[in-house]
Amino acid sequence: MAPADTTARVRLDTAVARVPGEASAPRSPPATAVGPLAWLRGNLFSSWLSTAVTLLLAYLIVRWTIGFVEWAFVNAIWEVPHNQTQACREIKGVGACWAVVTEKHRFILFGTYPFEEHWRPALVVLLFVGLYVVSALRRFWRKELVMIWAGVLTLIGILMWGGNTAPGLLRQPYEQVLALVLLAGAGFAYRHGRIGVALPSALIVYALLAWAGPVLDMPYVSQERWGGLPITLILATFGLAFAFPLAILVALGRRSELPAIRMLCVLYVELIRGVPLISLLFMASVMFPLFLPEGMNIDKLLRAQIAIILFAGAYLAEVVRGGLQALPRGQYEAADALGLTYWQKTGLIVLPQALRLVIPPLVNTFIGFFKDTSLVLIIGIFDLLTAGKTAIIEPAWQGFGVEVYIFVGLIYFMFCYAMSKYSQNLEAELNRHRRR
Amino acid sequence: MSQTAATPEGAPVASAAHTDAPPAILLDRVNKWFGALHVLRDVSLAVAPGERVVVCGPSGSGKSTMIRCINRLEKHQEGRIVVDGIELTDDLRALDAIRREVGMVFQSFNLFPHLTVLENCTLAPIWVRRMPRKEAEELAMELLTRVKIPEQALKYPGQLSGGQQQRVAIARALCMRPKIMLFDEPTSALDPEMIKEVLDVMVELAETGMTMMVVTHEMGFARQVADRVVFMDRGEIVEVGTPDEIFNDPKTDRLRLFLSQILREH
Repeated sequence: MAPADTTARVRLDTAVARVPGEASAPRSPPATAVGPLAWLRGNLFSSWLSTAVTLLLAYLIVRWTIGFVEWAFVNAIWEVPHNQTQACREIKGVGACWAVVTEKHRFILFGTYPFEEHWRPALVVLLFVGLYVVSALRRFWRKELVMIWAGVLTLIGILMWGGNTAPGLLRQPYEQVLALVLLAGAGFAYRHGRIGVALPSALIVYALLAWAGPVLDMPYVSQERWGGLPITLILATFGLAFAFPLAILVALGRRSELPAIRMLCVLYVELIRGVPLISLLFMASVMFPLFLPEGMNIDKLLRAQIAIILFAGAYLAEVVRGGLQALPRGQYEAADALGLTYWQKTGLIVLPQALRLVIPPLVNTFIGFFKDTSLVLIIGIFDLLTAGKTAIIEPAWQGFGVEVYIFVGLIYFMFCYAMSKYSQNLEAELNRHRRR
Repeated sequence: MSQTAATPEGAPVASAAHTDAPPAILLDRVNKWFGALHVLRDVSLAVAPGERVVVCGPSGSGKSTMIRCINRLEKHQEGRIVVDGIELTDDLRALDAIRREVGMVFQSFNLFPHLTVLENCTLAPIWVRRMPRKEAEELAMELLTRVKIPEQALKYPGQLSGGQQQRVAIARALCMRPKIMLFDEPTSALDPEMIKEVLDVMVELAETGMTMMVVTHEMGFARQVADRVVFMDRGEIVEVGTPDEIFNDPKTDRLRLFLSQILREH
């Protein structure tokens, strides 16, 4: 009992020593508690055990890094004469053969698209990246963004198909251009309420393009020959761009007061979620055409695209529903009491809050589906991963899978990491109101 | 006095004695159940325009449910509710019209956390009343000044104290220029030192002649501003009278018991 008594008395003394009523001045923390040295001591060398673990891990990391750098850079071969892979085979296991990427990168990126027309899918990839950047900037979050999307996606279709025998509704490039211009014109007129200005300018642009169209003269490339990165980006972009609004509607529908709508939404989510994506893709590619009337054919890519949209929609709907449920009842009641209509309440109060809450799981699902597009390889669509796989079928290049998969993996990683980074920024920015 | 006549004999209804105008709020034998639980039993009450009615009673007595029925946050199952001459039915247009005229302040504020104070106030005028943004902002600033927090207009609700948030909620409701204001325990979620700043705003509002219906345990407030006090217990209106009658001359044992409990608390 004696030691306890002593400490108690010491504390009591310091308390008495302070002048009553006088506030004590704040002090800076002791030097041992701040700075990099303190951090090292606290986190890496706090005890015998942690010091040992730190040293062991440091040794392993350094060894592995040196090994990788030697393989990937020091001993690597970057280029070989056409298909002469002898040198590569000799250093196998010691050095990387990046020559396979140098040799095959065009094929991996663009698949079987005609070689001399590769500028078209390359431009498409750039357009996609530009579209992502523009959409990411909050400055552009206005009604016009929908128009920009419609315009760019139409342009991407024109570039990929080219020619004047493109299948589908807009057969001629002129028709596609006309659609684009009409869209822009309509948007302009809608924005400014001046049809008198919008219409003539649209006509002039159309005339110019109609004249320039034959000059550009892009040969027609059928969808079967598309491949590589553009396919991945098309599937992912269209997939998520359509699945997200669908998901919001379904999530709202699941909470509807109308039993029929609620049942329909539950049925959709549960049916689609209960089936693997692969079987949906099979159904889309093999079974679906059997139900179509003779002679009618819907593009295989489009069918896979619809399967992906439906599948992603079901998953995203559940994520969105989670956000809706996290919202306190009081928010709905306050909106009701102010006399807002259902759609005003949903658009102004409910969704802005619910979607902010679910940014992390939402982006998680986005990233998952970006990579899941590679499953289309099982129905013979030539996406980035399939193209990489096919590139090393050739006997001369067999056995260099690691290098190709690292290259393909890096491309996937760049897109996914950008998404992840962006979502963190967005989250911080949109949730500013929660900071004190 | 025709409204008084319309209510059933024996029900403790007292229309405001000093006016012959049609009531701002009329509840006529309103019944409501939550499942099998009978939470409102033949509730009848008429509130005259400009009248201030304080509703009190033990928790679970149905007082919140009653005022939530008036703008149909809860649906009543039997009886009639007429607000500002419009009967509450399943007709959505009637409901919209009533909600435009009735402002509500909640116990838990229910401000929109993702919008600034100013945006909270201008949202409904812009979208429901179709008011130009500039006009709505001027109106909002005027009302924020009235509740004494114009300097907080650009902050988010999460950055304000509870008392400030509740005053914003009052300003937000007033921005719709309502004819009737409902308060559902507006000070119950507040720390003691913030209760007064909210009550002060409510007293000032009462002085402007606003029709008010307030569920509260603040008996000082009731004495100061109420024209009538309604005492509810177990889903029934037990006594209605002036603050003086209710607090100094309770007629029923239930009210006497309630008052003794309240007075012990305070």
